[in-house]
Amino acid sequence: MPLPRLIPCLDVAGGRVVKGVNFQGLRDVGDPVELGAAYSEAGADELVFLDISATVEEKAAAVDVAARVAEQVSIPFTFGGGIRTLADAARVLEAGADKISVNSAALARPALIEELARTLGSQAVVVAIDTEGGRVRSHAATRDASRDTVEWARECEERGAGELLVTSIDRDGTQDGYDLEQLELLRDAVGLPVIASGGAGNAQHIAAALDISQAALLASILHDQPARLTALRAELRALGVPLRDAA
Amino acid sequence: MTSVAICRYGAGNVRSVELALQRLGAELTDDVETADLAILPGDGAARSAMDGLRERGTDELLRERHAAGGAILGICLGLQLALDESEEDGGVPGLGLVPGRAVRLEGGRIPRIGWAPVHPDGETYWFAHSYAAESDATVATSEGFAAVVESGSFTGVQFHPEKSGAAGARFLERCLSRA
Repeated sequence: MPLPRLIPCLDVAGGRVVKGVNFQGLRDVGDPVELGAAYSEAGADELVFLDISATVEEKAAAVDVAARVAEQVSIPFTFGGGIRTLADAARVLEAGADKISVNSAALARPALIEELARTLGSQAVVVAIDTEGGRVRSHAATRDASRDTVEWARECEERGAGELLVTSIDRDGTQDGYDLEQLELLRDAVGLPVIASGGAGNAQHIAAALDISQAALLASILHDQPARLTALRAELRALGVPLRDAA
Repeated sequence: MTSVAICRYGAGNVRSVELALQRLGAELTDDVETADLAILPGDGAARSAMDGLRERGTDELLRERHAAGGAILGICLGLQLALDESEEDGGVPGLGLVPGRAVRLEGGRIPRIGWAPVHPDGETYWFAHSYAAESDATVATSEGFAAVVESGSFTGVQFHPEKSGAAGARFLERCLSRA
């Protein structure tokens, strides 16, 4: 198996990296290219940019973000948020992204996964699954998608997904640790790489998730500070996690 | 300055290759025949990629270039297309620049995505693939899979040097200086 991966996740809106503040509005925390490059320097194995723009005008900036990141960053990155069609996905990949991620659009029309995989290749298609209590949530986790998480994961694999990005909604932002039971169920259910997300509070949590899954998504634990990634990598190595030597 | 022609045939990944070469100061050209180095990039499915090469006449250009000893670098699917055939999509004939065939990976998580060391190279590169070369021309491996194949003036890499950070840049730099 390839080495376990650490993947910082950056939320973007209107071409900037943002952070939600108590569910009210967004705080600007920096430029996606600068932050992405700094995480890359700090040893990130990949990056995920998640477009959380609310308006059409803001969303128009997404392809531009992907293009600017590709110019400066020479590690793989995934772009997600607002991708509804094959054309949306192709634009982002042409700009230099390596993978796209889809969530609600795939739940609304699962055949989208096949269309993306057939044209772009499975390796470029990440399906993001928000899960709570073994059930799938949709629309930024605000709605019940009436699907069992394991069944949906299997269906995604059959339809040609290349990876699953699984966020445990009840753990997200808590820093109480990943939902290891859910990750174990998914490990046994599918043969795809799984990226664990939601709940990372310390290096032990991440090491435990990487024992089960192939990658860990890091969001709030990094506080938008690349230096924290450097520190985490050192702690994980001390715990025996075989991370890549990024030099 | 080394001139490089990136083959465009409708398969993805071209932009990242272009950017990586620009960072290294290569001069990009569209002329596959006369460039110091031709690169066959690639992501996606073998059949549609091979159709794309044929429609544009790039398959013949690459065969002629290889026969004349011109340097070619195949990346990922670009390596697999250079083989005699791929078992993907029910069997697809390749360019035949390198003996061997692309076979579906077995064991482990598929697609095989992530960073993995390459031996004897010693560097760690980024991989994203579901098929790999089975070829006597294999000169380096990663976890038992073919990572680099060489046949005459053709070098094929299963990994993505353009996405492999500093290690990838070093690899591409060596390709440019050899070409």
